[in-house]
Amino acid sequence: MALRIVVLTKPVPDPAAAAERLGPDGRLDRAASPAVINGNDEYTLEAALKLADSMGAEVTLLSMAPPTGVETMRKGLAMGAHRGVLVTDPALAGADGWSTVQVLAAALRTLEYDLVLAGFDTSDGVGGVVGAGIATLLKLPLLSSAAKIEPNADAGTVRVRRISPTGFDVLEAPMPALIVGTQLLGEPRYPSLKGIMAARSKEVVTKSLADLGLDAAAFGGAAARTKVTGTTKPPARGATQVVRGTPEEGAKAIADLLASRRLI
Amino acid sequence: MAAPTGPIWVVAETNADGTLAKSSTEVATLARTLAEAAGSSAAGIVVAADPTAAAKELAGYVARVVAVAVPDVTGHTWAQAAAQQAAAILASGSVGAVLTGAGPDGRDVAGTLSALLERPVLVNATAVAWDGGPSVEMSVFGGKLITSSTFVDGEWGIVTVRPNVVTAEAAGSAGVVETRDADQGAGLPVVKVMERIEEAAAALPIEEARIIVAGGRGVGGEDGFALVREIAAELGGAVGATRAAVDSGWIPYAQQIGQTGKIVKPQLYLALGISGAIQHKVGMQTAGTIIGVNRDPDAPIAEFADLVIVGDLFEVGKALLAELRSRR
Ligand SMILES: Cc1cc2nc3c(=O)[nH]c(=O)nc-3n(C[C@H](O)[C@H](O)[C@H](O)COP(=O)(O)OP(=O)(O)OC[C@H]3O[C@@H](n4cnc5c(N)ncnc54)[C@H](O)[C@@H]3O)c2cc1C
Ligand SMILES: Nc1ncnc2c1ncn2[C@@H]1O[C@H](COP(=O)(O)O)[C@@H](O)[C@H]1O
Repeated sequence: MALRIVVLTKPVPDPAAAAERLGPDGRLDRAASPAVINGNDEYTLEAALKLADSMGAEVTLLSMAPPTGVETMRKGLAMGAHRGVLVTDPALAGADGWSTVQVLAAALRTLEYDLVLAGFDTSDGVGGVVGAGIATLLKLPLLSSAAKIEPNADAGTVRVRRISPTGFDVLEAPMPALIVGTQLLGEPRYPSLKGIMAARSKEVVTKSLADLGLDAAAFGGAAARTKVTGTTKPPARGATQVVRGTPEEGAKAIADLLASRRLI
Repeated sequence: MAAPTGPIWVVAETNADGTLAKSSTEVATLARTLAEAAGSSAAGIVVAADPTAAAKELAGYVARVVAVAVPDVTGHTWAQAAAQQAAAILASGSVGAVLTGAGPDGRDVAGTLSALLERPVLVNATAVAWDGGPSVEMSVFGGKLITSSTFVDGEWGIVTVRPNVVTAEAAGSAGVVETRDADQGAGLPVVKVMERIEEAAAALPIEEARIIVAGGRGVGGEDGFALVREIAAELGGAVGATRAAVDSGWIPYAQQIGQTGKIVKPQLYLALGISGAIQHKVGMQTAGTIIGVNRDPDAPIAEFADLVIVGDLFEVGKALLAELRSRR
């Protein structure tokens, strides 16, 4: 039987558009910025698609996001994922990390899988804690900082190369397991024209909190246990000095600045 | 608002040789500062096969250290084992806050601990103050904005702290170390470490370097990095890189700086052939002095560097070596 992989993909404001801002309520103003799949989630998706190519796998995308999450998911479907599950509920606006962990864990309980893949972190939240939280709630083996994923379907185990400060560790655990991936899984593929066409007819199932048997009052904004109390602009860096001239003039400008700041 | 009372705890990480990780000395220093402001005390948890050396070191920073020996942890992944021991310790008393590093292991500890004790997490702190509870600053949207966040209702939570945002400083007097038997844990599945592979030792870890000379796609190849290394050596610094250089296989991933690499805060960042893309910028924009050498005067790095030399990095780099040597 083909491997069943769920890839956690979060829609985030496109960092390349650089239009992110907070609304008056201290939450992300989603209207200000186009959403894309979190960059690090594309690496894990790529790893899942490679496994689908090499050994056969059913790849499901799972997101917790506003209804527009369906549109963001289309790109993942166009890259080759087979289906999507979007957990969306008005009550989830302003959800904190702890709600996210519980809701995604509840959604995973309704799915069948051998592997769950999470990204190293999100470009908007930069937490990198959601994967470990879900693994803990579901009592799944946690294999994090993955640079390579090698499932052994016959043995029912998975091996992961985990980046360590001095090289890497080879980890092994039984499946089902949760893996937190990194950039070293490989450059994500571009959707082909055929993939883009196919994505239109792929199924995206939408689930509300009630569908997951969760009490809307206990999750999301109303139940958030962290709050933003203020924002400031980072201190501006001084003006940039630009030097055009001979290499020697450039080198002298560098050495002068280093000397004036006691760096040499 | 009720403020959480109780010690400010640190879950410490150790190096492969059993010593205390540098990031944990920073986090422990922060815990002590917060405890002073809160009128409480700072405490630490060390979980390792043999926690003795690191526990003693940690006691140089905080008043109380709980050391738990888990002999078979070397054959398993560390973070979840440590989190389960920490959960057992924290469940038995009052807690002001729990701090961990924001690196890979610290994140795993924080995420696991959060789920075990059903506690909220504030992530990737660039500064933490005490204001009836931790008030946590983080840099968001590629560094465009700094947000301050707290836990609601004065309940305690977990904070992950970025490296290099606090300068480690030992306390005036050493704290006490108590040893504790390993708890049976929460029954999380064990992940076996089949093998530990050491790659060619990276010279100076970039997170700890005062000076970083970094190369990007403009360096052109593995050979080009010889010049980057030579300049770094002349300045007594470490070598960093962009993802473009890492992806091309010119330099190991351990040297990558940026969103998916390391976040650094050296006093000097010299960027050679680096455009300054947002995902690179987030890893180095708080450096003291930023200098770019780029052929393109309109490269994004020109928007946030202190000095940009417009020119060929090989020509400028060689001239710089000569200039530095003449000033020695
Ligand atoms: C999810 C995600 C995560 C990412 N994470 C990271 C990350 O952690 N770190 C990171 O660095 N990037 C990251 N990136 C990639 C990032 O977007 C850029 O692609 C990358 O930083 C570009 O690297 P570069 O500056 O070396 O290359 P380029 O952008 O190609 O810039 C090369 C520069 O060198 C100059 N140049 C060329 N030749 C010379 C010469 N002879 N002399 C002088 N100048 C010369 C050019 O003018 C140009 O400005 C990430 C991207 C994504 C999508
Ligand atoms: N709302 C979400 N929907 C789907 N996946 C998510 C969501 N939030 C976090 N994740 C997953 O968890 C990873 C780490 O997220 P974070 O801890 O928020 O940085 C991401 O890379 C995703 O794979």
